[in-house]
Amino acid sequence: MEQEILIIRDLQKSFGETPVLNGVSLSVRQGEVLVIIGPSGCGKSTLLRCLNGLEPINSGEIEFDGKIITGAQANWNLVRQKIGMVFQNYELFPHLNVMENILLGPLKVQKRPKAEATEVACGWLERVGLLDRAEAYPRELSGGQKQRVAIVRALAMAPEIMLFDEVTASLDPEMVREVLDVMLSLASQGLTMLIVTHEMGFARAVADKIIFLDGGSIVESAPPDIFFANPSTERARRFLNIFEFDEDKKLGVS
Amino acid sequence: MDFNFIIHCLPLFVAAAKLTVTLAFFGIALSLAVGALCAVANYYKVPVLKQLANAYIEIARNTPLMIQLFFLYFGLPRLGILLDGKTCAIVGLSFLGGAYMAEAFRGGLVAVSKTQIEAGLSLGLNRFQLLRHVVFPQALAVAVPVISATAIFLMKETSVFSIVALPDLMYLAKDLLKEGHSAESNFLLVISYLVIILPVSLFFSYLERRFRFAGFGS
Repeated sequence: MEQEILIIRDLQKSFGETPVLNGVSLSVRQGEVLVIIGPSGCGKSTLLRCLNGLEPINSGEIEFDGKIITGAQANWNLVRQKIGMVFQNYELFPHLNVMENILLGPLKVQKRPKAEATEVACGWLERVGLLDRAEAYPRELSGGQKQRVAIVRALAMAPEIMLFDEVTASLDPEMVREVLDVMLSLASQGLTMLIVTHEMGFARAVADKIIFLDGGSIVESAPPDIFFANPSTERARRFLNIFEFDEDKKLGVS
Repeated sequence: MDFNFIIHCLPLFVAAAKLTVTLAFFGIALSLAVGALCAVANYYKVPVLKQLANAYIEIARNTPLMIQLFFLYFGLPRLGILLDGKTCAIVGLSFLGGAYMAEAFRGGLVAVSKTQIEAGLSLGLNRFQLLRHVVFPQALAVAVPVISATAIFLMKETSVFSIVALPDLMYLAKDLLKEGHSAESNFLLVISYLVIILPVSLFFSYLERRFRFAGFGS
């Protein structure tokens, strides 16, 4: 069994008076792919954002690589180099072209030599099929292409963990697949990933473990085949039913 | 129209125009620097500096340049600070312009979305790197139209410099008016300002287009 790279202990987070995470504890092993699902507002995005310090936490602790990264001595600039993040709306920098977007972190933050960083970037771009778009500006790319570049931008930092926050939620259906394929291939290569998504089919295919979050707590945590075939809690069952109902409705309309 | 008079006066106008352009150039350059500093102090809510910047902006924007120049040229000597006309003109123009430029930059800075900042943070950029590589370039692109309008406004404001005894265009024209030839003098005055400001205006339009098409509108 691989060692635990990320351990979250009793994480509490609220926005003002509104509690969002009520004592979430969870651990992630090296190379593991966790998919976090749950109804909207359940705190899944907030959970991811706490892991790289975009949201300050109220209490609890996060241990990464054997070190506590939360608390007074937190050095998020350092942690963020090792925990990459991809956002729902790509968030490529519009004034920089694809290559400049990708190289910003490696050159300015990690101070790596340009030749080496460029080579790494080209390698990733080739893998996601966008090497010929290296000079393009974000506005010239489709949504799916932008999101693949955003993934490469995070990967170029050589992170130990990648966080994906509903990365296909803004994409047209035909572009969802190209992004999910990239993520599947990263998973099979052994990258540690935490994925928040509403793509249930994808969750089933990619996950080592499904985390079902509701009302700011982990309600269920199980391997995907068990979770989807036979959820042990009523809340998870109801949540999964919503998706099937949605599917039926779509079929009825078309 | 007495064309002989016009030709005779032309060298005078060229010399005066040179002075006007020089003063405007330094005034605008300093305005940009002052404006950027104030806007950044404001944006990062730097204690004390933020309040000072805001107080300065209100004072500078809500008093006429002429009064500011009077203060510099006639008021400061009473406090024992003697500034020559050119220094007064440049300081005065930067004092006024800095406030307007600060507002221009502020507009650009607030236009940069929080999510862009988060994207920069998630790459591990520190505050300075974030400002330098992510926030400022985007803010600048948004601010260019207001910056150019302000620059042109400041060039025109140079016409009050004659009150601090600088032989600029307005000063020269007033001088010539006293000797008659009002039509010719006024004509030369208008033409001189046009010749100076029109290229500046065109240059800024070019900048606006470049910035707008440099990768925005995702």
